[in-house]
Amino acid sequence: MLGKGVVGGGGGTRAPKPSFVSYVRPEEIHTNEKEVTEKEVTLHLLPGEQLLCEASTVLKCVQEDSCQRGIYGKLVCTDFKIAFLGDDESALESDETQFKNKIIGENDIPLHCVDQIYGVFDEKKKTLFGQLKKYPEKLIIHCKDLRVFHFCLRYTKEEEVKRIVSGIIHHTLAPKLLKRLFLFSYATAVHSNTPTNPQNHTVMFDTLEDWCWELERTKGSMKYKAVSVNEGYRVCERLPAHFVVPAPLPEESVSRFQGHGIPIWCWSYHNGCALLKMSALPREQDDGILQTHKNFLDGIYRVIHRPPYEIVKTEDLSSNFLSLPDIQTAYSKFKQLFLIDNSTEFWDTDIKWFSLLESSSWLDIIRRCLKKAIEVIECLDAQNTNVLLVEENASDLCCLVSSLVQVMMDPHCRTRAGFQSLVQKEWVAGGHCFLDRCNHLRQSDKEEVPVFLLFLDCVWQLVHQHPPAFEFTETYLTVLSDSLYIPIFTTFFFNSPHQKEMNLGREAQDAHSTPLHLLTVWDWSVQFEPRAQTLLQNPLYVEKPKLDKGQRKGTHLKHQRQLSLPLTQSKSSPKRGFFREETDHLIKNLLGKRISKLINYSDELQDSFREFYDSWHSKPADYHGLLLPHIEGPEVRVWAQRYLRWIPEAQILGGGAVAMTSRLVGMMEEVRSLQEKINERHHHQRALPAEAPSLLRSSARLSSLFPFALLQRRPSKPVLPTSGWKALGDEEDLARREDEFVDLGEV
Amino acid sequence: MPGCSRRPGLRPESSRQVPPASRFSSSKSSSMASAPTSKYNSRSLENESIKRTSRDGVNRDLSEAVPRLPGEIRITDKEVIYICPFNGPIKGRVYITNYRLYLRSLETDSALILDVPLGVISRIEKMGGATSRGENSYGLDITCKDMRNLRFALKQEGHSRRDMFEILTRHAFPLSHSLPIFAFVNEEKFNVDGWMVYNPVEEYRRQGLPNHHWRITFINKCYELCDTYPPLLVVPFRATDEDLKRVATFRSRNRIPVLSWIHPENKTVIVRCSQPLVGMSGKRNKDDEKYLDVIRETNRQISKLTIYDARPNVNAVANKATGGGYESDDAYHNTELFFLDIHNIHVMRESLKKVKDIVYPNVEESHWLSSLESTHWLEHIKLILTGAIQVADKVSSGRSSVLVHCSDGWDRTAQLTSLAMLMLDSFYRSIEGFEILVQKEWISFGHKFASRIGHGDKNHADADRSPIFLQFIDCVWQMSKQFPTAFEFNERFLMTILDHLYSCRFGTFLYNCESARERQKVTERTVSLWSLINSNKDTFKNPFYTKEINRVLYPVASMRHLELWVNYYIRWNPRIKQQQPNPVEQRYMELLALRDEYIKRLEELQLANSAKLSDPSTSPSSPSQMLPHVQTHF
Repeated sequence: MLGKGVVGGGGGTRAPKPSFVSYVRPEEIHTNEKEVTEKEVTLHLLPGEQLLCEASTVLKCVQEDSCQRGIYGKLVCTDFKIAFLGDDESALESDETQFKNKIIGENDIPLHCVDQIYGVFDEKKKTLFGQLKKYPEKLIIHCKDLRVFHFCLRYTKEEEVKRIVSGIIHHTLAPKLLKRLFLFSYATAVHSNTPTNPQNHTVMFDTLEDWCWELERTKGSMKYKAVSVNEGYRVCERLPAHFVVPAPLPEESVSRFQGHGIPIWCWSYHNGCALLKMSALPREQDDGILQTHKNFLDGIYRVIHRPPYEIVKTEDLSSNFLSLPDIQTAYSKFKQLFLIDNSTEFWDTDIKWFSLLESSSWLDIIRRCLKKAIEVIECLDAQNTNVLLVEENASDLCCLVSSLVQVMMDPHCRTRAGFQSLVQKEWVAGGHCFLDRCNHLRQSDKEEVPVFLLFLDCVWQLVHQHPPAFEFTETYLTVLSDSLYIPIFTTFFFNSPHQKEMNLGREAQDAHSTPLHLLTVWDWSVQFEPRAQTLLQNPLYVEKPKLDKGQRKGTHLKHQRQLSLPLTQSKSSPKRGFFREETDHLIKNLLGKRISKLINYSDELQDSFREFYDSWHSKPADYHGLLLPHIEGPEVRVWAQRYLRWIPEAQILGGGAVAMTSRLVGMMEEVRSLQEKINERHHHQRALPAEAPSLLRSSARLSSLFPFALLQRRPSKPVLPTSGWKALGDEEDLARREDEFVDLGEV
Repeated sequence: MPGCSRRPGLRPESSRQVPPASRFSSSKSSSMASAPTSKYNSRSLENESIKRTSRDGVNRDLSEAVPRLPGEIRITDKEVIYICPFNGPIKGRVYITNYRLYLRSLETDSALILDVPLGVISRIEKMGGATSRGENSYGLDITCKDMRNLRFALKQEGHSRRDMFEILTRHAFPLSHSLPIFAFVNEEKFNVDGWMVYNPVEEYRRQGLPNHHWRITFINKCYELCDTYPPLLVVPFRATDEDLKRVATFRSRNRIPVLSWIHPENKTVIVRCSQPLVGMSGKRNKDDEKYLDVIRETNRQISKLTIYDARPNVNAVANKATGGGYESDDAYHNTELFFLDIHNIHVMRESLKKVKDIVYPNVEESHWLSSLESTHWLEHIKLILTGAIQVADKVSSGRSSVLVHCSDGWDRTAQLTSLAMLMLDSFYRSIEGFEILVQKEWISFGHKFASRIGHGDKNHADADRSPIFLQFIDCVWQMSKQFPTAFEFNERFLMTILDHLYSCRFGTFLYNCESARERQKVTERTVSLWSLINSNKDTFKNPFYTKEINRVLYPVASMRHLELWVNYYIRWNPRIKQQQPNPVEQRYMELLALRDEYIKRLEELQLANSAKLSDPSTSPSSPSQMLPHVQTHF
């Protein structure tokens, strides 16, 4: 049929290894069909996408069980992606079970998704970059979404090898200009009559109205005001055009230090306490300037810190919290644990898995982020204090901590629209430098830090620990993390709203050109068909029931989360809906006054944190209220779906939590259909057309890697560890002991 | 903790998740315990809430009787201070019976209850002396077999500590004081007799035995051939009883190779035994060699018999020095020998000790992962699972029959055969099937429960003790975690088995082998654990269970998927407690109830309309057709 060879043989035969294990030796492959013409698999190009170079007779190596399979095809590089065009069997698989991305195919690698490229020269694996003197016989591509591709170039014409390898290296690794992003070609080339995209009720926070709406929603408008002082980015390029500041703050002070030293409102809690962020004033040596700074800050501070009614606690995230280089180092080590070239590597690392994980310290960083968020929550909730997060630019850890706090405290942020709005508010409008942090332009490796990914991983921990509390699934988070590298969406490809406006705004274009077609990542229909989109929706999520006043009383005691305050003990402090009536603010503030006298929180921070944390966890969780994660060692876990999804050895066939979820979805559909039947009989109505059954339902037995299991193994064979036992150390003497000391005693 | 009342969840010992064994009777009066069905026919969720309200009920009489099983006798009570490792000292009254230690808090803001069967106690130590100064430094420290320690502070005056120490010692270690184990005193009655669950003839018949190649022999009826084997054995048809006797002389403790399981289609078998008595001189035994060849020939598809020696290679070699050894190539021509590198009972015991060190009372926080790794516990689990997968795969692929042994064939061998059978045969994944599996591979084939657990024995440092059975249950839990729809039973079932492994309330796990049990008339004089479980089956059911026949389960024995069984090993820590009931399960149960209600309503509507509508809906999703696959069997 096609140029496809199968190499048999178990992993048992292992010769002494060079630095790289080439498990497909081309000469071992049954290539009797070598001259067979390649079936033309057509290259799908997006609007504006251009083919740059290509090479034919490339062998893509796929590992299946202990066999390795090679598929012949064409390797191409466009200005958007690297793609392999071959006749892969998976194309024959029924569409039923496929969770397809409409933009990125199984064999497509967006250029921005490439993490590292390796070449294999004489069995040696080397990192490739810059100009090559010698061309490798094999190309290994590690992707940022953790896929690993092996392309064997032995049968490719030398000319083509040179062209494709240098092409790929140049277009993925060389520094790029912003204007050269594929985003621009795409936006220009797409002709669409629909002017705006469906954003799925996501608030974009690019207008004053959006901010006013958020203020209203959180009942923050009493004390905070939305301002447009930065319209046209006159004051500061790092701030959005519109934002919210404390009501008494004079607007002029915003421009005094280009937005530095200004408390910017993030969110208000129902007790009236707010979460604020501030970018620090530039470091100065001059005493005079320092004094000016101090006076300025004192003035600002007095605006918000007005005991006994308003107390502010400042949380400096630049010192004594994580540093950005720490995060980057940890993630570099961590991801390496999942970028696995072959089965041998998988089992070799398996024995020391836990210590490898620990030495990356990624999970510890997650724990520290969660803990910091809980500390902030403790101030807002238990101590009735405002919290002001301070960071150099207020656009990295500020975004992380403030959005984590909101996910935990505000159930709206656990809906899909709410979560997307949160990302828009804190990250996109908040000026997180996606372009630099993702190193999309490959201009400076130093700037690369996966802060947003860290946030998603923290949210995943919450989703994993409290599945019914979120409207979205872990699959949603996984595909969102993948979307960071797809340059057709504007969402994650700018450093600030200002930068986006400058490059895509009306002024940036010629008056005569057609309007640009800009997509946001929140339009999930761009990437997924409706059926696939059902996997982003959590079947367990139940919307907050709207109760009338009478019923509310009953829920008071059950959902009571009210804290460890002596004053609130006797009196039941009801947790009504999420936001209280305005009158409660005053009471709360009065309480706050007395509390501040009782507690000196700086001394008792650890104790009060522990007590707050323990007290919350000792009660049943209210999924529509405050939600805290567990942060003990065993509870912070690896986001298995994202990190293990491409590794065939890690696949549990017919197992995993997905087996349970699919039963649940099945049962839900059954109940729904029964309900319809009853309605039909009752009212003699025709049943509504049934919804498309979800992907989960359609397949009887799914792999634990669903929906990402593309490398299906044949189900009948188990995976067996190939590496042995690690030294027992001090237990060696025990191991040598006789099994039995005593003969069958009393028998 | 000023201003913070102790709410139910803060109580460490009154877990709101899976209650420890004893809790099954904790909130009931003794009379109710004899009729457990009436209490437990409701779903587990409701059950929990009933219990919770009763415990927190305002009208609760503090002098209310301590829960008592029929036959349980109250011995003494004392006022003590319970030094809770999580919430600090709590004043309470401790009641001691011949079955349990029961503590109720005397503080108004704490509803703490401790309910500990004396059987779980492994060691009782006095702490502090007459000169002890500090607060609460004088009292007792009790080490339990279920991963916790209990500390009680007592008054120094009036010999109260001496009294309590002596009473506890007598009743926690009855065998060391010539007292009967509680199971022999227990007068509980259940409407199901758990002793009837396992009938070897029926179980072998289910497997299609006897057949042309395999016969049932009663040669061990009076335990003459092997005193640690059951009376009934399945052996090759072509081997005579005389052959068996000769083979027995060459196998450690006469534990000859006998059939455990036969594949229903390809007829390959799993055979278990002990090590051959090869010794330093490399002795050979023609009968043993021939016998293995006979086993090999029962399956004609293959030229070799695969032997899995569970031990590490070096240990097998070392065993030659004490007369043991393994099957060498030159003596056993048509065999292939593999070592599975599973360590001995001493290594496992130390490993579990290390697990306790990192989880009790406090969970190691910042270096959790490396601490966990240094216990090697999951590494052992991985090796056991890997071994069992290999056995199952060999048999399932039909490539060869398999013979499994370790040294004596009652620890690692039982782990491997029973896990392989669980992977191969979906019957064992049902509640009753699992009971049969435990009864057959563990109890009847002489896993030395008495020695490994030390029931009623005071010698806590006995080198024979080892958590081999716990390890097996852990492996089962790992499998059920990887395949959440494949097992009829839930986590609570496994935890209940473990709780009663120690409790001594039932006769199920007492003694080392069948001959001893028969001598003690265990089945006549004690109640079986399966009586309790089978008369409360709903409590132990996994609602997601989907019965699938002939499906082989291969778990992934990778550290990436193995995890510490937090709900068991860290269950005493209130901070680590996981959401119970599982929200996915809860939602599913709600849906199940809703579905049943709709089906009922639809049927009513159908009846009402039957005059008009002759043909009710026959679409593929018709509820009547949906019914069977959702209903759990048994």
